Amino acid sequence: MDLFDPMRWQQTLANMDMFWEGFGFTLRVVLAGLALALVLGTVLGIFSTTRSKVLHAINRVYVEFYQNTPLPVQVFFMYAAGPLILQRITGASDPVRIASFTLGALGVGLYHAAYISEVIRQGIEAVPRGQMEAALSQGFSRAQAYRYVILPQTFRIILPPLCNQALNLVKNTSVLALIAGGDLMYNADNFVSTYGYLQGYVMCCLLYFLICFPLALLVQHLERSSSRTPRRRRRAVAAQAGQTAGGEA
Amino acid sequence: MPAFIQIRNLNKYFGDLHVLKDVNLEVQEGEKVVILGPSGSGKSTLIRCVDFLEEPSSGEVVIDGTTLTRKNHLEMARKYSSMVFQQFNLYPNMTVLGNLTIAPIKLQHKSKEEANANAMAALRRVGLAQKADEYPQNLSGGQQQRVAIARAMCTKQPIILFDEPTSALDPEMVQEVLDVMVELAHENITMLCVTHEMGFAREVADRIVFMDDGRIIETGTPEHFFTHPDNPRVQAFLDKIIH
Repeated sequence: MDLFDPMRWQQTLANMDMFWEGFGFTLRVVLAGLALALVLGTVLGIFSTTRSKVLHAINRVYVEFYQNTPLPVQVFFMYAAGPLILQRITGASDPVRIASFTLGALGVGLYHAAYISEVIRQGIEAVPRGQMEAALSQGFSRAQAYRYVILPQTFRIILPPLCNQALNLVKNTSVLALIAGGDLMYNADNFVSTYGYLQGYVMCCLLYFLICFPLALLVQHLERSSSRTPRRRRRAVAAQAGQTAGGEA
Repeated sequence: MPAFIQIRNLNKYFGDLHVLKDVNLEVQEGEKVVILGPSGSGKSTLIRCVDFLEEPSSGEVVIDGTTLTRKNHLEMARKYSSMVFQQFNLYPNMTVLGNLTIAPIKLQHKSKEEANANAMAALRRVGLAQKADEYPQNLSGGQQQRVAIARAMCTKQPIILFDEPTSALDPEMVQEVLDVMVELAHENITMLCVTHEMGFAREVADRIVFMDDGRIIETGTPEHFFTHPDNPRVQAFLDKIIH
C-alpha cells in the first residue's frame, strides 16, 4: 500500500521544514488563544457567581452563543466580517486585513472562553459558602476573598477540566486551515496537495499528538492528585526557634 | 455612655419568612452574652447581622457609635468583630499558620514575622502549636474549631461572635473547645455566643438572652435565668434540656 511506501515517507521527511513551521505557528496560536480563553473565561465565570443580574445575563448570553454555534462558522464570520468592521471603526479607505495568527487566537480564544467560564463557575460553586463568609467576617472584600481564598481552592478543582479544554483548544486551532492558514493542518494539507502523498496527514496527526498526548497524561495525573488531601507542609521551623526568618522552604 | 453594641428595632426577612421581629439588645464592652433558644428562633441570624453577613431588613446595628452599613461593614468587621462558625470554615488551601496569618498580613499589614509570632502565641493558647504546619483537613473537628478560635484571636478585634461553635462536633470533642472558650472569656473580649451548651452558659455568661420565634423573650443573669425564669416558654425549654 502507498501509505507504507518508503520513498513517499522519505519525501515527507525531506519536507519537515514545512511541518515544523506550521507546528510552531500552531503552538503560538495555542498559547495566545489559551491566554485569552483563560483570562476571559475567568472573568465571565466570576460574573456568573456575583449577585449582579446584568453580569449574569452577559455570562449567559456569551456562553450560550459560543457553545451553541459551530467554531468554523464563527471563524468564517470573523474572517469575512472582521476587516469590514475594522474599516468602519478606524475609518480606513480599505477593509483592514486581519493576520492569520490574530484570527486563530481570537477564534479559539473566544470559543473556549465560553467553556472555561463554565468550568470556573462550577469550580467556584464547589467551594462551600462558608469560605466566603469566613473571609468577609475577617474583613476581606469580595475581590480579596476570591483572590486569597476562593480561587486557589477553585484552581485545584478545575485544573483537570481546564487542561482538557487546553487539549481541545489545540485540536481546534486546525480550523485555521479552512481560512487564513499558516498552521500545522494548513501546511500539511499544502504538502498533500503538492505531492499527493497522504503521509502528510499522518505526519500532521503525529505532530498534534505530540502536543496533545502529554496534556492528556497531565489531565489523568491531575485528576488523581486533586482527590488527595495535602500532607503536612515542610517548612523551616524558624518561627518557633526564634531565628531570623529565611522565607519559605 | 451608650452601649458598645446596640441592636435597635432589628427586623430580618428571608423572602416572606419573618426571622427577626423588632429585636432590641444592648451589649456592654467586655460583656459575655449567651444567646439561647430553640432552633429556628433567629439566634444565628441575630449574630450574623452583627457581622453584617446578613443585612438587616430594617432597624440597625450600632457598634461603638457607628451604624453598620453596606459601605462600612468590611471596615467595621476588620476593626471590631470576628466570627467563629459552626462549620469552622478554615481555609483548606492554607496551613494552620497560613489561616492565622493571612488577615493580619493582608488586612492589618503586619510583617510576616510579627504575624507568625502572634499566630504561634495564639496556637499555644489553644494547645495546638505543634499543628502549625498541618493542613486543616488533617485535624479533628475539635482541633479545627480551636484553630478557628485562634484565628479569631489573631486579628485582635474586641468582639468575637460564636455561632453554635460546638454543634458540629463529636461529643467527645465538645469539651476541648468549650475549655478554650472559657479561657478566652477571662479576657476583656466582648463575646456573643449562640450555643446549646447550658453548662458553658451558666459558667461564662454575664447575661443570658433567650429567643423564641424571632423575639427576645427573656434576658437576665444565669442565676435568674436557670432558677426562676419569668417566661413559661423558657421554663418549658429548660425542662426539655435539663433532665
